[in-house]
This record gives sequence, structure tokens and C-alpha cells, in this order.
Amino acid sequence: MIKKELLIFELFIIKRSDLFRDAPSWCRRIIQIPKFKPQANLNVSKKQEITIRLAGYSQDGIQSMGSLLAKLAGRSGYRVMTYMTIPATVAGGNSIYQLRIGNRSILTPGDEADVLVALYQDSLQSHIGLLKAGGILLCDSKHCQPDGVAPEGTQVYALPITDLLESALGGHAMKGKNMFLLGMLSRLLGLDDAKVEDLALERFRKKDESVIQNVRTALMAGLEYEWSGRRPNIHLDDPKHSCEAVTMDGNSAVAYGLISAGVRYGASYPITPATSIMEVLIDELPKYNGIFLQTEDELAAAAAAIGMSYGGNLAVTTTSGPGMSLKMECLGWATMAEMPLLVVNVQRGGPSTGIPTQVEQSDLLQSIYGSHGDAPRVVLAARDVEECFAICKDAAAIAKQYSTPVVILSDQGLSTRIEAFDKPDWNTFYVEPKLDQEDRPADFVPYPADALTHHAPPGCRIGSGRYPVMTGLEHDTLSGPNPGAANHMTMTAKRRKKFQMLEEATPMPEMLGDDKGDLLLISWGSSFGATREAVVRMESEGKKASHMHLRTLYPLKREIRTVLERFKQVYTVELNDAGIYGAGQLATLIRSVTGCDHVRSIAKTDGQTFKVREILKALADA
Amino acid sequence: MSEILSIDPEIQLPEKITKKLLAAKQPTWCPGCGDHSILAAYFKLLEKLQLPREKIVTLSGIGCSSRFPYFVNTHGVHFLHGRILPFATGLSLSRPDLHLFVFSGDGDCFSIGGNHLDHTARKNPNMTYLIMDNTVYGMTKNQTSPTSPKGFVSKTDPLGSIDEPINPMKRLISSGATFVARTSASNIAHVMQMLERAEAHKGFSVIECLSECTQFNKGSFEGLNPRKGGEFKIIEEKRFDGTPEDEARHDVTDEVAAYRLADESWPGSFGVFIQKDRPTRSEASAAINERVRNRNPGKTDRDHLVDAFERFS
Repeated sequence: MIKKELLIFELFIIKRSDLFRDAPSWCRRIIQIPKFKPQANLNVSKKQEITIRLAGYSQDGIQSMGSLLAKLAGRSGYRVMTYMTIPATVAGGNSIYQLRIGNRSILTPGDEADVLVALYQDSLQSHIGLLKAGGILLCDSKHCQPDGVAPEGTQVYALPITDLLESALGGHAMKGKNMFLLGMLSRLLGLDDAKVEDLALERFRKKDESVIQNVRTALMAGLEYEWSGRRPNIHLDDPKHSCEAVTMDGNSAVAYGLISAGVRYGASYPITPATSIMEVLIDELPKYNGIFLQTEDELAAAAAAIGMSYGGNLAVTTTSGPGMSLKMECLGWATMAEMPLLVVNVQRGGPSTGIPTQVEQSDLLQSIYGSHGDAPRVVLAARDVEECFAICKDAAAIAKQYSTPVVILSDQGLSTRIEAFDKPDWNTFYVEPKLDQEDRPADFVPYPADALTHHAPPGCRIGSGRYPVMTGLEHDTLSGPNPGAANHMTMTAKRRKKFQMLEEATPMPEMLGDDKGDLLLISWGSSFGATREAVVRMESEGKKASHMHLRTLYPLKREIRTVLERFKQVYTVELNDAGIYGAGQLATLIRSVTGCDHVRSIAKTDGQTFKVREILKALADA
Repeated sequence: MSEILSIDPEIQLPEKITKKLLAAKQPTWCPGCGDHSILAAYFKLLEKLQLPREKIVTLSGIGCSSRFPYFVNTHGVHFLHGRILPFATGLSLSRPDLHLFVFSGDGDCFSIGGNHLDHTARKNPNMTYLIMDNTVYGMTKNQTSPTSPKGFVSKTDPLGSIDEPINPMKRLISSGATFVARTSASNIAHVMQMLERAEAHKGFSVIECLSECTQFNKGSFEGLNPRKGGEFKIIEEKRFDGTPEDEARHDVTDEVAAYRLADESWPGSFGVFIQKDRPTRSEASAAINERVRNRNPGKTDRDHLVDAFERFS
């Protein structure tokens, strides 16, 4: 019976997709395809936002389902932010995916869930505590026994997910739960479910026909699920955003950010959680006639990228904490030889191999100072997925203008997090790469003592006939080795001067709230969202607080001291250990730069991004 | 017509590459060091090749050998200890129009840079790589190197070295490098010959060049110097002329035969051990890029980005 119904539905869908396949995208949006079945209950109250937590095992395809739902939310004109955990093992183990979808701008993936979808009893038991009081529990009746587990007041829906799929797909339906749930949730949420099939098929286009058939069948079974009696009310309010949004994860945003910033070359070694950046670049760069190298190790990756930059093409190397440490020798050379270079560090839990699949912001100080000699680096940190894209352009501009390595910090949380954001304005963001091969005049000086270095890449003729040697030895203005005391002091000052110039050019950081008062929270990187939401929530509860977010971590704008001094309490919010002095890595830096020793930290090392309530609790306990 | 005939005064005639033009700083090597001869051979090679000077890059790692770029007036790089190969790989792949000459020592290449050697050979980037092997750490003043013979007395092996030395030729043959040759600074004409062959070879061309350290290893290479009563045995390469004497000659595509040559007792043979044709990494990457770009003819970089964002929306 079910199969027959599904078949009719399928034919309808296929026909519809054929009809509009060649239509331009704007046309597809304007022509509203009537839904196959009218909504059963349209006069229910609509939600501003919904947080859904999906819990199952990794082989259930929870992640692909979550990312498809996020994408659908973006395509339906909503804002979305996701959070996921990757089990340490390839298959098996608990896997969760959380989505917060809504009309307002979404700052965090949500502290608690409005809806928990649990596929097994242990997923139910582990995650029921994160369901809001009176929240909705959807669980697979075959594997879950919610009685006695779900607290009083929980709206429990035990659905025969496995049984239904077994009859629809035949045999023991191990796969397909994710597609069933995708269909069901997109219908319940009121997302543009006419787009869901195309989305799912895009994902599975490389699979064989039988898999695609099962995907369709499971999806339709979810979309058309017959609710007996009441149905969960999670219908979202009408979308307020443009369907022109992109829905992307942080690592992809970095990869495309680099391409749009004009980067065509790079080299990396696989390392969790940074690897997907190099995968995207290896896949994409041939289209741009670029080359991305997988090297034998992290040192070679840094060295190869510096070689590419030396050739006149700004290059990138991507990594995570342990790899960053291995690149330090090369970064010291790039600082000394003043070579433009981009380094992306997707931070994970450390030290050492640490917790590779969990988040931490504990590489700030190694990113700035972690090399031999006096060789600090420019460090920028992305606050969300959109900024993972946007920050690359700024980093590339700084690297070229100041002829210096620039570190872009992201983290594990951002790397897999999916967000919807407006498509970039290409006139602002697109930078056409240009190889400088112009002749240099006779008075060309490779390392001028009183001006910024601008290298002559090979291929440039040097008017004086005296060709430069790029070197890691202390050198004079003409690049000749010179260990003399006076020369070393002059050249150290030259390298210091560019940080001074950059510090002066850095604008005062973004602030929310008054520029004086009792409480100031300072965030960096991905702790932005939870910090901002905490401040907004305090405001709504009548408590005054201000929020400062730092995007340029080094050189740190020294003038922030004037603001910090006007607050009684100042806390940095960061995912690292506050150590024996009560100062996380940013707080340590701020104290040393500004001398403000009243700066303390709200810091933690549980491998998870900040929850808003954790920040509020830390403040209440302080 | 008159336009075509008129001569633009801005057009510069190509520079004539001479030793005088190429000489930069006075070499700081010790008197009698073999490295002087290698520099002389390099100058001779560049004089002969007459490449556009701005397209020549002289690169090095760290060690006595690696002071090389300071003495040559071309674009130059003095990189980190052991890391010049990945640097040069990145440069070669992103700028296939350049001519790369990389100079390194036994410590730089076989010790701290050992891992990079194999992986550079796998990629086969187009460059000439000359290892100046003096079988001792000279710059840091007399420590055992990976090619120091067993029993070698140095500051780090005061009772004679006990670790087995690396056989550079065996190492290079098994790395898969497409051109592997051996020479000695005591025979400049042969160094020049090997450099010329290496430069003409398309891909990763490696030359091991014995270069005597007169400070810490004096007399160590006398066994291959005819003036000191030694023998400089040159490899006879197969000519494929069907003559009976050709049977005994070395086939440069035969790895097993090359390995046998590498196994000879000191001082062994000199010349080309291996020369094989394999696409360079630049060629292989260019083929991939062309295949991908042919799928989307006429699209600009910006079009590709816009397309990518369409896929995410």
C-alpha cells in the first residue's frame, strides 16, 4: 500500500524536476510548486526558531541528514547553525547533530533542544537531559523505550521508523532512517520540501541506481508520514531571508575564501580537523589552473608553500595544532626572509595528539610566538562560518602588503559547523591573482631599512644586475649575510616596524553595549556567538554588560586599554585553560599588551563550544 | 611597414651570461675545498647554456655547500637545513618557466632532509639537485655525517664511528629519481659533463659530487684521484650499437645494474647510473588541469567561484 502511494508521488516529483531542471534559478523560486498534500493543521502557532538534536550512531548517516536539513533551511530562506560531534571511530559510536533554525540571526547552535530525535535507547538516555522542559521527543519505537526516561511533560512520539522502512525498502532496513527523518522534519518544520528531493539526490548522485531509489523511497515515506491524531508542532514562521543564501561549513568557507582572495597554490599534510580544506582545494584548484600539493609531512607543506610564495604566487598551508608546531621552523624563515604566506590553523584539543575531534582555542600563543627568535606573526581569527570566508581576503592583503606570514585561526567547531549566510558580493571579495614580473630599477633594494619589503620574484630583471638571495641568515638591506650587531638591531627594528604600522592600521574592535560599566566580555574566534548571545540575554534580563570581539589577535590593538580600564570586571571568553594565573591565552596577551591585570577569563576545556548558560553561570559564580 | 622596421630603443638585447657577470660574493670556503671546483663548473655550465639570467634560481639548504647561492649572481634562496627540496618543489610546480639549480650537502640531504629526498623523487619536479658530499659535517666543525665511513674519527665519534654509513647511490636509485649520477670535484670536466646532462634531463636530476673537506677530511678521496695514485673509473654507457663490447656497458634504465654499480667497493664508478623518462610533476599536474578546464571551456576564475556558490545555495 505504502509502496504504491510512493510510486505515484515519485512520478509526480520526477516530472516536476524535469520540467524545471533547465529553468534559471530565479524562475524556480518564483514558480511555487504546489505541495503534494496540504498541511494537516495550519492554524497552529508558528515558531521563531527551533533547535533540533539528532542522536544516533555514525552509520545511520546522522551527519549527512543534518547537513541536508541545514542546507534545506538555507534554501528555504531561514538562518541556520549546526553543531556536530564526530565519533573517534570510523563506524559505530554515538553521533550527534544539532541544528538551530530560525528567522533571526543565529549566534549559537543552541544550548538546549526543542526537539530530540533519538534512534536508540542509549542515544535517548544520553541526550534527554539536553531537551527543554516540555520539549518534543521523537524516537524509534523499535529501539527506544521512553517510559521512565523522558521527564514528565515531555511530548513523546514513538514512531515505527525501522518497521516502516523495513516494509518500504524490504529486508532489514539498516540505512534510510536519515532520509526518512529528513523528509518528516522538513515537512513538520514547514521548510520548502519541494526542494528536498533535489538536495538529497545531489548528495547521492555518484551512488548507483538502487541506492538512489532507496533514498527516494525513504524520503517520501518521511514526507508522507501519516500522523495518527496529534502531530508535533514545530512549524516555523514564514521565512524572512533571501533564498540567495549559501549554506556552507567552515572549512569549505576557508577554501573558497582563499580562492576568492586570489590564492591558486598551496601545500598541506592531512590532519584532523583541517583536512577537508585541502580536499576542497585539491578538487577545485585545477579549474583555476592552480596546484595544491599533498606533501610528505607538515614541514614539507610549509616549505613548499613558501617556495610557491617566493615564486610570486601567494600560497597557503593548512593544518591543526600539532602540524602548526612542525611548521614553526619554516615560519621562522618566512618571518626572517619576509615572505608573504598564509597559514590556516584549525585548532583542536591539545596538547600533543590531544583530542583531535574536539574543539579548543589553545593555539593562540603558539600561532603568535611559537617559533625561535623574535618572530611574532600576524594572527587573525574567524568568528563564524561567514567570516571563515571573508577573513581570507584580509589575511591575503596583509600578507602581500606587509610581506609577512599571516595565520588564520579557525577551530574544530567552525570546521564542520554549517551556517547560512548571504552570498558574497563578488565585486568586493573577488581578487584576481597577478604575478609580478616587472623589471626592478637599478636602485632596487630587497630589504630597505626604512620601508616595507616588496620582493622581486624570479623572472624579474634587476636593473643593478645584483640579484637578491632570500635568506634565513640575518642580512643587510641588499640581502647579503651580515651578523653585525648594528645590522641585526636595524633589521630587527625593520621587522618590528611593520607590526607597528599594522597595529596602527587596525581599527578599534567591534563593541556591543556601553564603552564603560561594570562588566565587559571579550571574545575571540568562535566564542563570539555564545558571548554575544549571553550579553543580549543579560540585557533582556535587565543586567548591563558590554561585548568586545577581537578579530586581529596580533598585533593586538593597544588602545583597547582605554576601554578595558573603564570596566570594573573584564573577562575573556575562551576555550582553553586559564592556568595558574587565571588568564586564558587571550587574557595573557591582553594583560601583557595593556597592563590591565584585572582581565580574567571564563575558560573551559571540555572540548565543546561555549553554551550561553555556561557563560552566564560562570559570571554568576564569579 | 615603417613601423615594423623601426627599432624600439627600449628593447634590451639579451644579457650575455659570463663568469664575470655571475660571480657575486667571494666564496668563503676554505682554500683547497672541493666546493670551489663545483662553483667553477656551475659558472661554466651557465656560460654554455646562456639561459635568461632572471629565470635562473640558485637554491640551497644549510651547510658549507649551501653557502653556494651567495657566490652566484642569480635569483637565489638560502633556505632551512634539509628543507630545500620541498621549497624547490613548490617553486618548480608554481613556476615551471624557471630553471632551478639546488645545492646541498650530505647532512642536508641524507640526514635532516632524508624524508624529503624520497618524496621529491616520487614527484619528479623539474630541477637539478647537486649534493656536495664531503662525508663530514664541516660547518659545525667536524662531526660524523651520514656518509662518514665506519671508523671515522670525529668530535662526535672520538673512538671512530660505529653506525653504518648511507650509500648515496643505493639510496638515490631506490628513491626513484629519474636521473642519478656520481662525480667528484677533483674532476671539474666530469662535474661539468654531469651538470650538463642533469640540466638537460627533464625531471628530478640528482648528482652526488664528492667534494673533499681539506680541514676535517684531508686526503679521504685520494683513492679516486689519478694524480694521487687513485683511479677515477668512468661508467661506460650502452650505445645499443649491437657490438660485442656494448654487452658489458651500463644500461642507464636498468635499476638492478645501477644498484650493482653502487655496490662496488670504494671508490666505485663515476658517471650516470640512472636516466629514465617519466612525466615531470608539472606536466602531470598540467594534464589534470587541462582535463578539468576542458570540461568548462571559456569560464573565468570568477565564473567558477560563482558556480561553486550556486552549488551551496
